[in-house]
Amino acid sequence: MTSQALLVAALATPLAGAALIGLSGARPNAREGIGIGSGVALCASLGWLAPRVMTGERPAVTLAEPFEGFPIAFSAEPLGTSFALLASFLWVVTTVYSIGYMRGHGERNQTRFYTFFAVSIAATMGVALADNLLTLFIFYEVLTLATYPLVTHAGGRDAKRGGRVYLGVLIFTSMTFFLLAIVWTAIETGSTRFTPGGAFGDDVPPAVLGLLLALFVFGIGKAAIMPFHRWLPAAMVAPTPVSALLHAVAVVKAGVFSILKIGLYTFGLERLATMPAAGWLTWLAGFTIVAASIVAMRKDDLKARLAYSTVSQLSYVIAGALLANAAAVTGAAMHIAMHAFGKITLFFCAGAILVAAHKKKVSELDGLGHSMPITMGAFLLGSLSIAGLPPLGGTWSKWYLAVGAVEASQFALLGVFLFSTLLNVGYLVSIPVRAFFKAPPPGAAGFREAPPACLAAIVVCAGASVALFVYPQPLFRVAARMAGLF
Amino acid sequence: MNQLAVLQVVLPLVAAPGALLFRRGAGAWSVAFAVSACAALISVLLLRQVASGGEIVATLGGWPAPWGIEYRIDAVNAYVLPIVSVINALVMLYARQSVAAEVEDARQPLFYATWLLCLCGLLGILATGDAFNLFVFLEISSLSSYALIAMGRERRALTASFQYLIMGTIGATFILIGVGFLYISTGTLNMADLAARVATLEHTRTVQAAFAFMVVGIGLKMAMFPLHLWLPNAYAYAPSAVSAFLAATATKVAVYMLIRFFFTVFGAGFVFDSLPLPPILLALAVAAVLVASTVAVFQDNLKRMLAYSSVAQVGYILLGLSLGSRAGLGAAILHVFNHALIKGGLFLALGCIAFRVGSVNLASLSGVSRRMPWTCAAFVVGGLSLIGVPPTTGFASKWMLVTAALERGWWPVAVVVLLGSLVAVMYVWRVFEVVYAKGAAEGARDEAPWSLLLPTWLLIGAGVWFGIRTETSIGLAESAAAWLMGGGP
Repeated sequence: MTSQALLVAALATPLAGAALIGLSGARPNAREGIGIGSGVALCASLGWLAPRVMTGERPAVTLAEPFEGFPIAFSAEPLGTSFALLASFLWVVTTVYSIGYMRGHGERNQTRFYTFFAVSIAATMGVALADNLLTLFIFYEVLTLATYPLVTHAGGRDAKRGGRVYLGVLIFTSMTFFLLAIVWTAIETGSTRFTPGGAFGDDVPPAVLGLLLALFVFGIGKAAIMPFHRWLPAAMVAPTPVSALLHAVAVVKAGVFSILKIGLYTFGLERLATMPAAGWLTWLAGFTIVAASIVAMRKDDLKARLAYSTVSQLSYVIAGALLANAAAVTGAAMHIAMHAFGKITLFFCAGAILVAAHKKKVSELDGLGHSMPITMGAFLLGSLSIAGLPPLGGTWSKWYLAVGAVEASQFALLGVFLFSTLLNVGYLVSIPVRAFFKAPPPGAAGFREAPPACLAAIVVCAGASVALFVYPQPLFRVAARMAGLF
Repeated sequence: MNQLAVLQVVLPLVAAPGALLFRRGAGAWSVAFAVSACAALISVLLLRQVASGGEIVATLGGWPAPWGIEYRIDAVNAYVLPIVSVINALVMLYARQSVAAEVEDARQPLFYATWLLCLCGLLGILATGDAFNLFVFLEISSLSSYALIAMGRERRALTASFQYLIMGTIGATFILIGVGFLYISTGTLNMADLAARVATLEHTRTVQAAFAFMVVGIGLKMAMFPLHLWLPNAYAYAPSAVSAFLAATATKVAVYMLIRFFFTVFGAGFVFDSLPLPPILLALAVAAVLVASTVAVFQDNLKRMLAYSSVAQVGYILLGLSLGSRAGLGAAILHVFNHALIKGGLFLALGCIAFRVGSVNLASLSGVSRRMPWTCAAFVVGGLSLIGVPPTTGFASKWMLVTAALERGWWPVAVVVLLGSLVAVMYVWRVFEVVYAKGAAEGARDEAPWSLLLPTWLLIGAGVWFGIRTETSIGLAESAAAWLMGGGP
């Protein structure tokens, strides 16, 4: 197959999957089979494409040209292809997990659920492989809309309220700030293509550039920088597989990925490093890191705690992208993947606890390690990875972020990174600790683990976090290549 | 070939009495549909000819202009004519069953005859190159639309129609006074001739007063904020098919009149440079976008909600015009087309709901998506287009408008455009939440018949198609704008 055909396949597979899933609603086994099948096909085509892209191929395809000079076009470059590969791999894992969760939990409207799930993945592919800002924006918006039915899946009052906040914040930021920034960029540069080294000429006044950067960072609400982070906790009304894949990986990572890509290809690292606006936005990211962690400490609801932890971790990537030196950008790109594996493990565990033990609150988890040892063990690994402690993958990304902060002489930011690691240990690692070491409440059940499909997914993701500590080279190569480290 | 321009106006006029010969609705409908299809065909032929070969001029009765009446089809009306006539044909296809359910059989021949007259009036306004002839067609279309609205199912349609009659007549009178003043000072009624003569008389009070009367009169007809008060009731209580037809075409034709008088008769220099008009138009447009959208959020009758949304959309068009640049004018003309598709499709979807449920009040629509999944899906796609979500036509319009505003450096205007779409999210999403609500009304599937669904989806589908393949719509809009601004095609 030619690289171009693989690129088209990567975009079309999840859409075709969505259509087939919609049609096979009456037969659940066939439906889930199609889900896994299209996930594997997607993963395979991206896995086939990725090595070619790493050796310098840049397959591209144009869908249409709605405005003169501004096509809807896709191209595969290392960063986007890796993000797409990550999302597609985790889609397969999450589908396996969903089978256990959705059936174990007796959810209704499962066909609608799986259909929109596939559409969301298709939109994520569009974001990851977009060749220009217009295309990225289109799929960014499609992603918001396709995830809305998933967020409000439960259909009750809470779901409706959560859905309104979700949609309100995401549409508000993207329509007012993001779109404005894109059109403005289009007028200043005459194109919105992602060009290595940046697209702006030297004639653009620094004040305009600063304003544009702020519009981009706030406009990409999916990156959840404060004060536009409220949608992420609100989205936790969704079923756990949605929170796991979409609100720990696809949606939020599409946000920080977009910021990273805009930093690299629209502004360019050299320009970004000298911009005053980047400086104070980095500070806002630093504030978000600490503030979200502190909020997370006070949350007793497990999923809410994980959501605030995500808000905090996303700002690591934003800060890394805005520091704009090679080490920091390498760390930021790696953190997208490292945090993805860690956080999806934690969400899977939260869902497993809900299905097997019907518990949602941290304070109810005392002694749960005895009845759910595999789940809580994986939870420990996931939280260590997110805190950035060895022997887990998160170590490397935080290491490069810290090096980046030192290189930029931002020692206060380095302090923020380190302090936040302490906080992470406090609010995440403490959960498995109390599950294993505190005495279970009287009358607790004996060994009662989650359904096998859930456990398999949990073990794969936790294992991946460990594997990425031992063997982070492929990830590092992609990230470092993008950042120009070598 | 040139006489096609005349034929498509004369055809509905002649066929209207023909529809009256039938006693029952079905026969009258077939006449009306055949004529509508012919008119659509002719307008597409005209567009092709203009796109390839410039202007078409047809003189009536062989009298040369400026003494006789001439019909002139240029890049601008060649673009608006198919919008009106093709959408009319689709709505007519839809009308058979929808009207059969809402208007009693014996009155249907009258109904279709009136409809054809209204079509004749609208096409006449678009085709003619004569200012007084334009007024005549305006009266034909207005009087027949009052009658069409009055045939709505509820008795409130009568008061709505009366309200529209009063406001519409004031508007038409103002336009007549404007035309009269122009005639007094120039001695001609032919638009091309007028344009040449007005240029030397710009400073006179008479011409300035004529201009003021025209703007206010046309403003009334196009529901320019705050002259829109007739519109919500008229659209809400008219028969479903009529609401769709008028919403998609009537205001667009009024916008065309405004553009024609601004750019062809009075000239862009007079309107935008000599007079303090742009800031006034801009203020009205911004108010329309923000106020009318906000009012739409609080409507329980969905047809009223869409009607207020139309007022807001006219605001976007006016906003593009008030920028006074070629890009702004292009965006405005593009939105005329896009909004006709979107709003036509949405009103047709509501008509499907009215056909099955019997009401379009939000309170009675809880969970209706289970009964009518295809109709509700159409409404969702149309609603997203109204918001301006990519990749729909609404997004294309918004992109062009924001680009035009930023090119002039008016970034607050760009922000208003974007804020307007946020308010649109609010009023559209209310409907989504209700129709997809859980629990209530889990009746058996009861979808609207094919003859209703097909035209609905054709319009809604076109609303997505022209958002992705915008070469035609944007290309034509830009060449029309270039023609009007005198830059050549």
